[in-house]
Amino acid sequence: MTDNVIEVRGLLKLYGANRAVDAIDLDIRRGEIFGLLGPNGAGKTTTILMLLGLTETSGGTVDVLGFDPVRQPLEVKRRVGYLPDAVGFYDHLTARENLRYTARLLATPRRDAEKRISDAMESVQLADVLDKRVSTFSRGMRQRLGIAEIVMKKAEIAILDEPTSGLDPHATFELLEMIRGLKKAGVAVLISSHLLDRVQSVCDRVALFNHGKIALMGSVVELANQVLGAGHPILVEASGIDIAAALRGIEGVQTVVPEGEGAWRVVADRDVRASVAQRIVSSGGSLTRLADLQPSLEEVYTRYFQEQRDAA
Amino acid sequence: MPRKPARSAGIRREGSPFTGLGPVFMKEFADHLSSARMMVLMLFVIVFGAFPVASSLQQLRTVTEQDSYLFLRIFTSAPESLPISFVFALNFIIPVMAIGLGFDAVNSEFNRRTLSRVLSQPIYRDALLLGKFLGGLATLAVVMTALWLIVFGAGLLLLGLPPRGVEVARGACFLLAAIAYGGVWLAASLLFSVIFRSTATSALCALGLWLFFFLLWPMIASAITLGFAPSQIRSAEEYLAVEQLGLVLSRFSPGTLFSEAVVGLLNPETRTFGSMLPAQMRGVIPGAPLPLDQSLLLIWPQMTGLIAGMIVVFAAAYVIFQREEVRA
Repeated sequence: MTDNVIEVRGLLKLYGANRAVDAIDLDIRRGEIFGLLGPNGAGKTTTILMLLGLTETSGGTVDVLGFDPVRQPLEVKRRVGYLPDAVGFYDHLTARENLRYTARLLATPRRDAEKRISDAMESVQLADVLDKRVSTFSRGMRQRLGIAEIVMKKAEIAILDEPTSGLDPHATFELLEMIRGLKKAGVAVLISSHLLDRVQSVCDRVALFNHGKIALMGSVVELANQVLGAGHPILVEASGIDIAAALRGIEGVQTVVPEGEGAWRVVADRDVRASVAQRIVSSGGSLTRLADLQPSLEEVYTRYFQEQRDAA
Repeated sequence: MPRKPARSAGIRREGSPFTGLGPVFMKEFADHLSSARMMVLMLFVIVFGAFPVASSLQQLRTVTEQDSYLFLRIFTSAPESLPISFVFALNFIIPVMAIGLGFDAVNSEFNRRTLSRVLSQPIYRDALLLGKFLGGLATLAVVMTALWLIVFGAGLLLLGLPPRGVEVARGACFLLAAIAYGGVWLAASLLFSVIFRSTATSALCALGLWLFFFLLWPMIASAITLGFAPSQIRSAEEYLAVEQLGLVLSRFSPGTLFSEAVVGLLNPETRTFGSMLPAQMRGVIPGAPLPLDQSLLLIWPQMTGLIAGMIVVFAAAYVIFQREEVRA
């Protein structure tokens, strides 16, 4: 038994002549947070719906926890929690009644269900509005209620479609914390999103979708190395001497690119911050800023699609 | 063109299609009963139903002649001031109620974005659609039964005589016919709620279809019949053929089937819905009531027609719903 909870091989979805999902391979490991990234219409949601058996596949195989979503959708849906894009609840019912309906659909024994509902609402910090109608809920609260549903379901896999879209920064932060909480509880989380910096902070691995294909897959650092080239980028702000020349003289530095007034972007094959600081200070310059530049997914994303456009 | 995926052979989904039917049914039923719309529909029923019943009771109290089916006359007698019997009122109350209960069944789930969340729970779409249909039908049945009991109760109080067993039995059959008739329109409005994403469009189409059958179809049917009729009817056979055509055409309307079923049940004297040949009249005592089983035999085609219509329309909704994409 491998440690993959989802295994996708050659998955295909055709809408007429249009290949919405074009023979993708994908593995999601137990207990990781995996990001499906890409522009709108790249095939992320279609892929998710096929994983859940909510849309028919046109080819390829999917294995979710040992079940085939095409033939055994009930088994898959019993074990997988899904938070759709802009999730909706029944407005005229309270949060508790909404979750109770889900619990009934899951055939959870009644006494068990009440306990699970209050625990789940506790875990997403909505315990105080348990008996309020959902019509009074904000967007962020609805998303959290969606997470509570997944918690209550005791899902082994959580699939979240654009969970942070339309949320304010604070609500986003809280939601990401809850997603980390799911991971701590041993749930494999699959997130689809086009909001890259948010996703970057929680994802262990990501797959970059483009026109129904997976263009890149791996950890953020791996992707950065692949697209932006290997290296360790830092940002230097200093004045007083010919900084560029001084920087180029440091061992390991590969490129020095000016980034605005008095700032340079340096890429080296190792962490050269200590030697940069030493060199600038010892040659009489004043160092005002020295920052380690984490490869940003946004950069990877932008650069990748730029290259695609240039190639086209 | 890429070929359509061949998934008919070998691939069979596992698990019962009725998994989760109970919870869906209970939720729909509870939602209907507690909704504001239900209050409005009840008000509508009372306003439109109370008047014919009250005035026919008024009239029946003055009847002195012997009538062994007096109780059933409450349903069928039309006061002279306003020729609308309770049954006639039901003929349009029931469709409006059924459409009111079903026109936003599926598309509102879609618009509230609850559909994909509910379908990601371990149920098939079958259970969702069937649960919604049965929930609506149960609501309709509750309302119709309540109405039926009220009418019987009012009859007891104001006429001061109890109904005979056979009258109750005929009344109960009439109730079943009314529920089946409602089921046809519920299935139709459910079908529109699957086809159209907009609830307003779906309601409009369902009401339009109802108006078509209620107002236009009788005229169209007679126009077609006239068109097919020979310019001069020379024999009884020809006359019967033309009449038969007219009957067949008008029976495409569920309202006609319902009316005929009701007439057969509540007017026990009814022997046929068309003309009677002299040969059939032999030995008939005019105005003598048929026993219940003979009346049931008479209206059996109408009842099966209504139920078949309900199933066919529901099946169409089912097929379309299975193919629908759940994504927004």
